[in-house]
Amino acid sequence: MGVDLCAIDLAHPVINGSGTFDVIAARRAFGASVDEQFPFSAFVSKTITLQPRSGNPPARLFETPAGLINSIGLPNRGLAGYLEHDLPQLATLAVPLITNVMGSDAGEVSQLLEALDGREEIAAIELNVSCPNVKTGLDIGSDPAELSKLLAAVRADTSKPLIVKLTPNTANVALVAKAAEASGADAVSLINTLRAFAADPARPGKAWLGSGTGGQSGPAIRAIALAQTSAVAAAVELPIIAMGGISNAANARQFLDAGALIVAVGTESFRDPAAAAQVRDGLARAA
Amino acid sequence: MSGAADRVQAPFGTREVRIAGTEQIGPYRVFSCRDPEGPLPQAGQFYMLASAERWGGGSDERPYLPRAISVLAADDDQLSFALESVGPGTERLAELEEGDGLRLLGPLGNGFTAPPDHARSILCGGGIGLVPLAMLQHEHLAAGRKVCALLGFRDAAHAAGAEFVSGAQVATDDGSVGHGGLVTELLLTELDRDSSAVIYACGPPQMLDTVRAISVASGVQAQLALEAPMACGYGACYGCVVKVTDGSYVRTCLDGPVIAADQLAADWLLREG
Repeated sequence: MGVDLCAIDLAHPVINGSGTFDVIAARRAFGASVDEQFPFSAFVSKTITLQPRSGNPPARLFETPAGLINSIGLPNRGLAGYLEHDLPQLATLAVPLITNVMGSDAGEVSQLLEALDGREEIAAIELNVSCPNVKTGLDIGSDPAELSKLLAAVRADTSKPLIVKLTPNTANVALVAKAAEASGADAVSLINTLRAFAADPARPGKAWLGSGTGGQSGPAIRAIALAQTSAVAAAVELPIIAMGGISNAANARQFLDAGALIVAVGTESFRDPAAAAQVRDGLARAA
Repeated sequence: MSGAADRVQAPFGTREVRIAGTEQIGPYRVFSCRDPEGPLPQAGQFYMLASAERWGGGSDERPYLPRAISVLAADDDQLSFALESVGPGTERLAELEEGDGLRLLGPLGNGFTAPPDHARSILCGGGIGLVPLAMLQHEHLAAGRKVCALLGFRDAAHAAGAEFVSGAQVATDDGSVGHGGLVTELLLTELDRDSSAVIYACGPPQMLDTVRAISVASGVQAQLALEAPMACGYGACYGCVVKVTDGSYVRTCLDGPVIAADQLAADWLLREG
C-alpha cells in the first residue's frame, strides 16, 4: 500500500483534495480522534494566498444531482497568517504536509514559494493555477503557454517537490500537463472543480451563488475526471494525483487503473469525514 | 470565537443507527433512535443526518448532502429529532419509519450557554425553530432555573408544535391561536415586565433579526441559534458562513450555530439574495 510520491513516503495512496478537509476545524469538532483516525496519508492544505481573503459572499453552496456547486472564494489567513497560526497546528500531523498556494501573477507565486521553502514542516508544494490572469481573464492553468511562462519564472524559487493542480476548464488538459512537465513540475494533480452555474429557483435568470458562478464537484464529475486522468497519464511521465467524485474504493481503483499514483477524496469527505478511511481500507482489501 | 473545549465533541465519522420510533405532531415529524456510540449532546447542538437507504434519487435527483438537524431531546443513549418537510432532504428524512437506517454525524457546533444564576431564561421560538429551545427548556427546568417560553407560528396547524414546549405563550400570524401577531411582541411585553433575563432564540431570519435588534437596544443578552445551508457540518466546506460585527465571516457549523446577538453583523439576517 505504501507509495513514493516525489521521494515522499506515503503509507497508502489516499490523500485529501485541497479545501475539502480542515484539520484545525476538525480537531474542534471531533477532538483527538481526528489525529488518531486520520484517514489521509498526506494532508493538502487549503489554498494559501499572499494576502488574507475573506472569501465570497454567500450563498456559497448549491446542491445538484450527485454533487454540489461551490463558490467559497478561497478564504484564508494569507501567507503571514498561515505561517504564524495554521502551520504550527498542521505540523503536528503524523503525515506529510503539502501546502497549496495560489498567486495572481509570477511575482506573487515567487513570494509564496520563497517564504515556504525554508519550512521543514512542509513536504511539498501544490500550485493552484485556476487563477485568472489579470490581463487576459483566462485561467493561467487553462493555457499551456501561460502555464509554461509562470513555471519558468517560479520553479527555481522552491527546492521542494512542486505539484501543479490542473484545471479541467481547458480545451486540452493533456497539453497543459505536458507544459507543466516540460517546465519543471514534479507531479500533477487533477481535476479541480468544473465551472458551473446555479440558477436561483426563485429568481428566473439570476444566480443563486453570491459570486455568480462556482465549481461543480462530487460524483457528477467523476466520469469527466476519469477521462482527463487517462488523457494526462497518456501524455506525461509525471506522477498523477487524481480526484473528482471519488466516493469509494471501486471508484479510486478506476483512477489508479487509469494511471494515477495517488487518489484524493474531496467532496465525499463533506458527507462523511471518515470517508477516505473506507476508500483506503477498500483498496487495501482488494490489493 | 470560542476555544477548543467549548462543546461536546463528536466521534470522528458517521455512524448508522436505527429509527426506534416516529410521531407526527401537526406538520412536524419526530423520530428517535438509540445512539450508544455517541456522547450526550448539549441543547443547540445539531447532527448531520441522511437516510441510510435511498439518499438521492428524489426530486431533481437530490438529496446528495446530509442535512443539519437540531436535536429535540437526548436522554441516556436516546436521541430524538423534529423537522418539517420543506425540501428533498427533509422530505426523505420525514419518510423514515421504525427500523429504517439513519446515518448521523454529531453532535456538532456550539450549544447554548447557561444564563447567570439570577437571570431567568426567555425562550423565543418561531416555527420549527422551537426544537433546540424545547431541549434547552428541559435542561433549564432540570437545573431549577426560571424559564419563560414564547412561540410564534404561522397558523393553527403549525401551532400544534406548542406541545413540544411546556407552558408556552403562543402567537400566530393569522390570530387563530393565542396572540394575533408576532412572537417578538410577546417578547417585548415580557421584557417590560422583567428585563433581568437572557433570551434564547431560534426561528426564521426576520424573527431573529427583531430579537437581535431588541437585544442590542435593550442590553438584554440574547443567544441566537442560526440556520444555514451546509455541506459538511464540521468546518471543512466553508459554505455556511455568517458575517460578524468586525466584518469577517465565521462558520455557522463551527463558531455557531449559537451566536451572541451582539456578535452578528447588524445587516446580516435581512440581507438580500
